[in-house]
Amino acid sequence: MSKPTVAIHKFSSCDGCQLAFINMGEPLLVLSELVDILHFAEAGPVDENALVDIAIIEGSVSTSKDIERLKRIRNNSQYLLTMGACATSGGLQALRNMADTKQWITDIYANPSVIDSLDKSTPIKDHVKVDLEIWGCPVSTRQVLTAVRALLFGVMPKDENEKICMECKRMQRVCVMVTKKEPCMGPVTRTGCGALCPSVGRDCYGCYGPAENPNTQAMANRLTGLGLLKDEVARRFLFINSGAEAFHVQGIRTRDTT
Amino acid sequence: MKMECHFIQSDQLQKLLDNLLANGYVCIGPQVRDGAIIYDEINSTKQLPRGVTDTQAPGSYTLNNNSSDKYFDWANGPQAIKPLLFASRESLWQSEQSVNGQISFITTEPILKPIAIIGVRACDIAAMKIQDQHFLQQQFVDPYYKIRRDNLLTVAVNCGCPAEMCFCHSTGDGPFVDDGADVVMTELDSGFLISAHSSQGEKLLKGLTLQPVTQRQIEESETIRIKSSKQNKNLPHYDIKSRLFNALRDEFWHEIATKCLSCGNCTAVCPTCFCHNETDVAELDGKSSIHYRQWDSCFSQGHSYIHGITIRSETSQRYRQWLTHKFSSWHEQYGRSGCVGCGRCIAWCPVGIDVTESLANFEDRRRG
Repeated sequence: MSKPTVAIHKFSSCDGCQLAFINMGEPLLVLSELVDILHFAEAGPVDENALVDIAIIEGSVSTSKDIERLKRIRNNSQYLLTMGACATSGGLQALRNMADTKQWITDIYANPSVIDSLDKSTPIKDHVKVDLEIWGCPVSTRQVLTAVRALLFGVMPKDENEKICMECKRMQRVCVMVTKKEPCMGPVTRTGCGALCPSVGRDCYGCYGPAENPNTQAMANRLTGLGLLKDEVARRFLFINSGAEAFHVQGIRTRDTT
Repeated sequence: MKMECHFIQSDQLQKLLDNLLANGYVCIGPQVRDGAIIYDEINSTKQLPRGVTDTQAPGSYTLNNNSSDKYFDWANGPQAIKPLLFASRESLWQSEQSVNGQISFITTEPILKPIAIIGVRACDIAAMKIQDQHFLQQQFVDPYYKIRRDNLLTVAVNCGCPAEMCFCHSTGDGPFVDDGADVVMTELDSGFLISAHSSQGEKLLKGLTLQPVTQRQIEESETIRIKSSKQNKNLPHYDIKSRLFNALRDEFWHEIATKCLSCGNCTAVCPTCFCHNETDVAELDGKSSIHYRQWDSCFSQGHSYIHGITIRSETSQRYRQWLTHKFSSWHEQYGRSGCVGCGRCIAWCPVGIDVTESLANFEDRRRG
């Protein structure tokens, strides 16, 4: 019996999530025995139009050619997973969605006509059906492997959507917000990183995007109470996942409050 | 058992640690780390938070140096006994698939050295008794908790320095320990009063240089008890249990939901909360998996997710579940409320929601 096939595609991104694969070490050897990786340009194999069981996408839709390529990938794959903040919420580059992109390009580039950039950086789900979103900037190798393993078992991976605080407390970390008044985004941010930032004594900056049922207004109120200015509070939400709805709405609301 | 009280000099505290270590115990004691008093391995009294005190407020916890020479001149930190007995994450069993496809299951009960925890408070001893009820004294005994519990020796220190968030006097669980610990101490200016509350505790005391207690020392201890019983926070005096159940549709739940982050910090630091979820982690090759149990919270979606439906999708419902369980239905399950007045849920709530204020709210208004 032939092995299940996998393709890893890149759109607008920094490649950091693909490193979740490349840096996984020994499990990569195990994975290569379980599946045939047909397309993974950063690691070697190139076959962009291969028919696959699982397509994993890094990066956001950002140029005029992206949408057509994305639709082809969707048609060529049974399951489509997004990997990382760019593919899932538009990424850091979605900050331009709130700016005048054309003006920026004119100001920066000597020959703006060669730049092919859409006005907005958008997540994959805005254009095609996505079967599972894996959040994070970058994603954790553990989450990617867990998702692939579940699909190989023939079940949909579990959506890990609880707040980071839960994992932070399980790890017996001391709350940086309560002890040091750090503007930690943990109470509204999705789990998955293993409470990485609080574990080194700093505040979470929300790179895994919104958790389920996030009370962003209460979070914004608390950040204000900690002494952050309005724009600083807004920027806590309008950062790596500014395109994620819950963060976007709150960031704009806070920013535009008079 | 008859509890005889003795006096020990401060230097005997190191002797107590030495004796425990010599008898194969891992000693866990309070110490300063990351801006809080946490419990971890200890082998010297030098590691204790001597001359340190905690200042607590809703959503705030800070440590300060004080002029005291005392080792235990603080109230508590984010955790104490709970993680030692009800592990925040542990494997319950493993499954393995052999070459011929047969699946076998292996239990993974913890193998532990005996543990002695030093310097825990009355609130935490009271909470441990509640967790004992839940994990040990029902139809089915939890073997994982039991192994840890059988391995644990508790040396409590009566609280001489409750924090602003404390209300153990109001719940009847402190500031002094009644029963449930193996050894109970009271820190005086010149040393400690010490008494054994179990045969294990008695054995421990035999290795120390005990002195008879003077009337003056008893008076000093009584002064500490009276002072520590004067706490600013209180549970309201109405019949909380029935009034909460009669207020399930109250507007209050929606009001509190505008503030509550539904982050679960309160339940994680609560020394009596025992909710957990279970999850399987498969090896990548698909040949084996580990079944884990980990802390969950009534503030998570998964807690009320059954067959495709989240029963409590809104924060108002989750907060109501927490408060009504802790203060109402807990009585039916365990014959008392689930609150021991440690105040952790107030101090460690990132937005400083005060459970005593939430409850007082139902006293202030007429309820239909």
